[in-house]
Amino acid sequence: MRNYALLILLFSSITSLSQNCDNSLSGIVTDIHDGQLLTGVTLIVAETDQTVQTSLDGTFSFANLCNATYYIQVSHPYCLTKGFTVKVYGDTNKSFKLEHHIEELNQITIEGKAYNDNTKTLLENTINKEELERFSSGSIGDALKNLSGVSALNTGNTVVKPLINGLHSSRVVIINNGVRMEDQEWGAEHAPNIDINSVGNLSVIKGAGALQYSGDAIGGVIIAETLKVPVKDSLYGKSLMTTTTNGRGLSLSSQLTKSYENGWHATLQGTVKRFGDFEAPDYILSNTGVYERNLSVKVGFNRFDYGIEGYYSRFKNEIGILSASHLGGAQDQVRALDSNIPLMIKDFTYTIKAPRQDVTHHLATIKGFKRFEIFGKLSFQYDFQRNNRLEFDIRRGDDKEKPSVDLELDTHTVLLDLESSLTDEIGLKSGLMTRYQNNFANPSTGVRRLIPDYEMYDLGVYFIVDYQLNDQWLLEAGGRYEYSYMDVFKFYKTSFWESRDYDQRFPEIVVEELSTQILTNPQLNFSNGSGTLGATYAFGEDYKLFFNYSIASRAPNPSELFSEGLHHSASRIELGDLSFNSEIAHKVALTFQRDSDKFSININPYINTISDFIVIEPTEVQQTLRGNFQVWEYRQTNAQLLGVDVDASYVFAENYRLKSQFSLVKGYDRTLDEPLIGMPPVNISNEIVYQNSEFNNIRLSLQSAYHFKQNNYPNTNFEVFIPETQTRQELDVSSTPDAYHLLNFSSSIDVNLNQKSKLTVGLRITNVLNTSYRNYLNRLRYYADDLGRNFLFNLKINY
Amino acid sequence: MKNIKFLTTALFTSILFIGCSKDDAPQPVNEEEVITTLTVTLVPNDGSTAITLQTRDLDGDGPNEPDITTGNLVAGVTYRGSIVLLNETVDPAEDITEEVEEESVEHQFFYTATAGLDVTTNGENLDSEGNKLGTVFTLVAGAVSSGTLTFTLRHEPTKPNTGIDDAGGESDVIATFNVAVQ
Repeated sequence: MRNYALLILLFSSITSLSQNCDNSLSGIVTDIHDGQLLTGVTLIVAETDQTVQTSLDGTFSFANLCNATYYIQVSHPYCLTKGFTVKVYGDTNKSFKLEHHIEELNQITIEGKAYNDNTKTLLENTINKEELERFSSGSIGDALKNLSGVSALNTGNTVVKPLINGLHSSRVVIINNGVRMEDQEWGAEHAPNIDINSVGNLSVIKGAGALQYSGDAIGGVIIAETLKVPVKDSLYGKSLMTTTTNGRGLSLSSQLTKSYENGWHATLQGTVKRFGDFEAPDYILSNTGVYERNLSVKVGFNRFDYGIEGYYSRFKNEIGILSASHLGGAQDQVRALDSNIPLMIKDFTYTIKAPRQDVTHHLATIKGFKRFEIFGKLSFQYDFQRNNRLEFDIRRGDDKEKPSVDLELDTHTVLLDLESSLTDEIGLKSGLMTRYQNNFANPSTGVRRLIPDYEMYDLGVYFIVDYQLNDQWLLEAGGRYEYSYMDVFKFYKTSFWESRDYDQRFPEIVVEELSTQILTNPQLNFSNGSGTLGATYAFGEDYKLFFNYSIASRAPNPSELFSEGLHHSASRIELGDLSFNSEIAHKVALTFQRDSDKFSININPYINTISDFIVIEPTEVQQTLRGNFQVWEYRQTNAQLLGVDVDASYVFAENYRLKSQFSLVKGYDRTLDEPLIGMPPVNISNEIVYQNSEFNNIRLSLQSAYHFKQNNYPNTNFEVFIPETQTRQELDVSSTPDAYHLLNFSSSIDVNLNQKSKLTVGLRITNVLNTSYRNYLNRLRYYADDLGRNFLFNLKINY
Repeated sequence: MKNIKFLTTALFTSILFIGCSKDDAPQPVNEEEVITTLTVTLVPNDGSTAITLQTRDLDGDGPNEPDITTGNLVAGVTYRGSIVLLNETVDPAEDITEEVEEESVEHQFFYTATAGLDVTTNGENLDSEGNKLGTVFTLVAGAVSSGTLTFTLRHEPTKPNTGIDDAGGESDVIATFNVAVQ
């Protein structure tokens, strides 16, 4: 940098010869993140060695400058020193922006800044650490569903998948500590494998705009980041304990961080959760316990201009699936739907029996960055993930202890990213991604593979440019191209192979014909382009308008391509299609934002038009020896989702805040002209919060959440022959549950134990009125009510 | 410089990881617990020829419909029935009845005749706790009539029970036959 300065000095000194030199240069220095004025900033004019500091109001002034170009070095103890070239002509006014790190280390995320904006023209909804701690005993999905536009797709109350603006699974990408989660996320009953206690900041982007991560996030992107570590000699940590009456369980989580002034830091974090059977207001939900054990370690070395970090986490979760949901065919389903209570209610137990899931997810990553004066910040990341998913069904004989699903998915990814400033106004992010994935379905299960063995290679390139036109306008544009190649070994049932005419259409992929099965080797290629175009307009003191258009393409997932058989947990036969192509979504989103301390509001309407949208829907009823099963086939269609999300926060008296939220989404199949299945119903929530920082930071809140009945749904009912009565009976699987209203209470108070330690005691009550309800987005809603009242007692110690 | 060295090393390591993948064709899965075939043999106590009712679905949950063989009963005759379950996707076929009998406490067969069909049934054999298992039963053909006869195997039913209506559990087999009493 010094050489650069000297060079400039050399050139500028030539041009500044014999000039009028009584001009002044004055202005302010602000924090690039929040526009806060920075005091005590040192500014040096390289040519004249003049040095000034910003005053308490962030202003500075130089005198006796010529009409010339000067190089000015701007530095601050907690900021990265930056150089600026300034053209002085007459008395000149110039403002500088510094990246202020508030004594915290510049953590290595892909953008180089902790908790950076991931997109500049789409609103990011964020859940902070305090909010996350309230959900310490729950899951990431539980915390996320409190954001407007985000709901949860549940399988019982412990498998919680986030649903963004009506879309989920493969259409929602989750980034954990810079790593794209590859955890068989295509499955609607596969929850994200992230420990909520390892997350320091959680944000949601409702769209595909975050192109540095992926181009196929048709629903949106969820970004989980670990906590920031300060740049000082310190040893600190926290422990959280939650006990609950519903589930009669305990969640324990601890975290310890050691940091050094020289940049080294290390964090160790672990969580254990154990819950028994949960309860609905009127009965026990048998076999709904959870046993979760997680561990993560992070070691890093950070300087302002370079850094390196290693991270490893292991997530292991055993989840019981409601016994009453395990059924034979449609005749059993008729019995279940006719009964108001679950068909199987047993005494409370902590034991988790089949049906159950046992999932282990390992994530290891190494990343580093270096800032180069000439072209910006270069980051490198390698990550490895291993996901082992075991699903146990109720089985017979020797197979009792064997899983029915045993999948091992290994993913290796290498990322290279470059972040540079082309000029003061124009920033460029670009990067390269390569990924290799290997899925192994263990044949020793004695059950035909749910998804086949495959190897997949991905290559991606992207760029994003942003241009700060002036104080009001910011423009952003980006593009991403991704190529993937899948090499698959798949056994088809001969009867299915022939009934689909695959023997005529794909004879070349047959490897071997066995007695009842055919081994095939499909090799699939997908080329996907995606892009985004957006603008942000700031006006008045507190107003902003975001406009964003994005195009995203998603390759079909293994389940959509290869399913062909009974999906036990759904009690239906699912059939995929080998000839699917990528779905392409065009989303236009607008956000109006007013952001001030007293009254803030976001209004976010959007429209998402998706061609070749892959839906699964019932086509016929198939007779098997186990009874009748409904056949659900994947199909491609044109879909459209429209909606609006509103968040508001209003301080109506000192220490009192009213928080309101509203989400509406409508989904249509435009080809068949009927509603899409599984769209979240309209919901409204209002919360009154009292918080007084002067009285032990006491916080009391009462939340009312109203969920409407979903009136737009396709009719997927079908008729079943009931041998006992010799009649055909309609099985109503499509009707939606009634509207319901829930009251939740939350409170906490801080107690200072000594100078360094703080104890926070909290009590939460969910479903205060013990309302019996069923939720349309709970896949087990046919079989049992949702959770009853729950008292959660929290203790948190910061030390 | 050190960083660049590290980056290069890491890059090469990852390429190595990517380089060594196995390329073997996977093993086929022989489904071990699928029931493809249910055979009911009804032996009349008058010494005449036995009747066989059979449903056979060799592709399990595949698209092919089961093949059903049925027979007719003789009015006034008492039959001794026995049920055999087979998994014919493996060679030799596996006798699933043995597994069911080993786990007798967790299983029970039910026989349901529709109102028009004049037959009465009664499960004969018991599980290890003295409750009904029903892989062996008696059937009495009444007056001339016709209708359907359904055999249902329930897994983990409530025991004891008064019949299929309060048995609960999960259906492992539901096989329905058109039957006439002549």
